[in-house]
Amino acid sequence: MNVQVKIIDVGDDMPVLELPPISRTTLALFAGASGDHNPIHIDIDFAHGAGMKDVFAHGMLSMAYLGRALTEWVPQRQILSYGVRFAALTHLGDRVRCSGKVVEKLEHAGRPCVRVQISATKATGEITLAGEALVALN
Amino acid sequence: MIDKKFIGYEVPPTLWDVEKGRIRFFAEVIGATDPIHLDATAAKAAGYRNVVAPPTFIFGAESDSGVLMKLLDTLKIDLRKVLHGEQRFDYHAPVCAGDTLRFQTRVADIYDKKGGALEFVVNDTKVTNQLGEHVSDLHSVIVVRHA
Repeated sequence: MNVQVKIIDVGDDMPVLELPPISRTTLALFAGASGDHNPIHIDIDFAHGAGMKDVFAHGMLSMAYLGRALTEWVPQRQILSYGVRFAALTHLGDRVRCSGKVVEKLEHAGRPCVRVQISATKATGEITLAGEALVALN
Repeated sequence: MIDKKFIGYEVPPTLWDVEKGRIRFFAEVIGATDPIHLDATAAKAAGYRNVVAPPTFIFGAESDSGVLMKLLDTLKIDLRKVLHGEQRFDYHAPVCAGDTLRFQTRVADIYDKKGGALEFVVNDTKVTNQLGEHVSDLHSVIVVRHA
């Protein structure tokens, strides 16, 4: 692994990560890989029974993508906390776009850190996930 | 309505073995190509004892260990009405292949909005491993739709 020393400052952007459109295959594979077997994401009959027109993506799939965007930017062990609110459903065909911005420098348990505001959005600009990560600078 | 007597309810602790192939599968599905998730040699070179799970992997592990279904069953919540409202992870130690995780989940709060049309269940989970390390804390909010 490369030892990355990055100078991260307030106002910096996390590199944007854009994903391919959500497919049924991705949802099926993510159910198996993640262990989240809620049939609402993989079984259209169950989704109909729940009053939905079709299956929709796991919120945790977008949170995993956003986590990937974070770890492609900073080493994973520097991520101290990571949380989101699920604001809207992500449907089949939606393209998830992950972005983030450094909003504050602070100390946490004696370590220099930054607070990063992060979000996932659809191509329409609608926010599906919004939250923040606390990232240590060393 | 969910019985508020379940505030403070603790799900019986569960154990879950972290498999190397499962970490690889998860990483591949989300397109994470960092070799620390895929290759033990690369992970060890980066200071981990084995391939390391991506940051949100632990949520599915908790679900797969049976915590969520046990919780819904006990609180008599219809799975068809459930949405994920919020999720947070506080990280203390890495999750690596070969680990055995222990999940201790507690219902921290139950409340409703819009005259009971929406109910919220707040869960806090402490995750430890076979080394006795405190791995992480999970905080999740489940939304139950009655509309």
